[in-house]
Amino acid sequence: MAELSVDLVATDRKVWSGIARQVSAPSVDGQIGVLPGHTPILAVLRPGTVRVVTSDGAAPFEVHVTGGFVSVDDNLVTVVADEITPLGAEG
Amino acid sequence: MAGGSQRVYRQRIKSTQSLKKMFRAQELIAASRIGKARARVAAATPFAQAITRAVSAVALHAHTDHPLTEPRHDTNRVAVLVIASDRGMAGAYSAAIIRETERLLERLDREGKEPDLFVAGRRAVSYYRYRGRSLEGQWAYGSDNPTPEVANEIADALLGRFEAPAAEGGVAELHVVYTQFVNMVTQRPRVVRMLPLEVVEGVNEHDDVEPLYDFEPSAEVVLDTLLPRYVRSRLFSFLLEAAASELASRQRAMHTATDNAEDLIRTYTRLANQARQADITQEISEIVSGADALAASH
Repeated sequence: MAELSVDLVATDRKVWSGIARQVSAPSVDGQIGVLPGHTPILAVLRPGTVRVVTSDGAAPFEVHVTGGFVSVDDNLVTVVADEITPLGAEG
Repeated sequence: MAGGSQRVYRQRIKSTQSLKKMFRAQELIAASRIGKARARVAAATPFAQAITRAVSAVALHAHTDHPLTEPRHDTNRVAVLVIASDRGMAGAYSAAIIRETERLLERLDREGKEPDLFVAGRRAVSYYRYRGRSLEGQWAYGSDNPTPEVANEIADALLGRFEAPAAEGGVAELHVVYTQFVNMVTQRPRVVRMLPLEVVEGVNEHDDVEPLYDFEPSAEVVLDTLLPRYVRSRLFSFLLEAAASELASRQRAMHTATDNAEDLIRTYTRLANQARQADITQEISEIVSGADALAASH
């Protein structure tokens, strides 16, 4: 099955980059979940929690974002936010 | 008379030595910070790339107009942001930026535009204040270590002016003068017109296979959120590049100053030795001629 390659990018650095099975992000209209094969989308984020389910079987991790946007294009997910703070690795 | 010139030379050697120590310290500080500054330039690149990609995607797929991309014709005021350094001891760094700015201001004057100056960096602020030029905005932000917060503050002030109506000091264009970090030995002052935006970078050239983007909630809102961030990110990367340039030119200037101080010390040491030798010679000839005179009188 196809996988997502995910980049979490903050203003001054790249926070995380890797392969994932699922990403969910807080868009202004509600939480959006992204699975492999998702249609290309550009969504504006509100402050909230981005959740990434990595494909190596480890527990999903969550980060807090302060608004930004997420773009999905050909299984390439880019979460761009002003600030990204990790919330610990528990799911 | 004897020893007078010697004392002067010794004093000069001493003061030059302490200056040399200072120059050396500044050089080492700049050298140790420059690696970090360059790393920060590199670290900010993914964000800039991501946002540029997204902006070109919107521009390509959603043919919507946005105030930030539209040329304004209702006013002939333009904003000029100068990014200089807070501290001196960086050779011609600030002077070069100010020269470039003067050239830009002249050009804008010729085109019949009225430039409003926004200045970041204490050196340029004091330069313009001394010349009685009114500044629309000024920031002294620690120019060798800029933070995203400062970049946002500057960007918001400038965006505010760009979006303001003409009667409230709105501006039609925004130019930025900053120093481009080419490499460790070359830093070039550069003028960039930032607003209105021209989104051309990173646009892919295969139109037939372009994916159709969904915009959430709508293309206009996405553009509304993206463009100010794009401006902030560009500005932040300008500040970071300027910081790296400042440190590189400080390191170079301080290295030269250290070398010059060493030359001076060497010259003064020679002169001091010469003076000492002259004093000794004079003393000897005085003693000898004194002894001769005594012997002659006996």
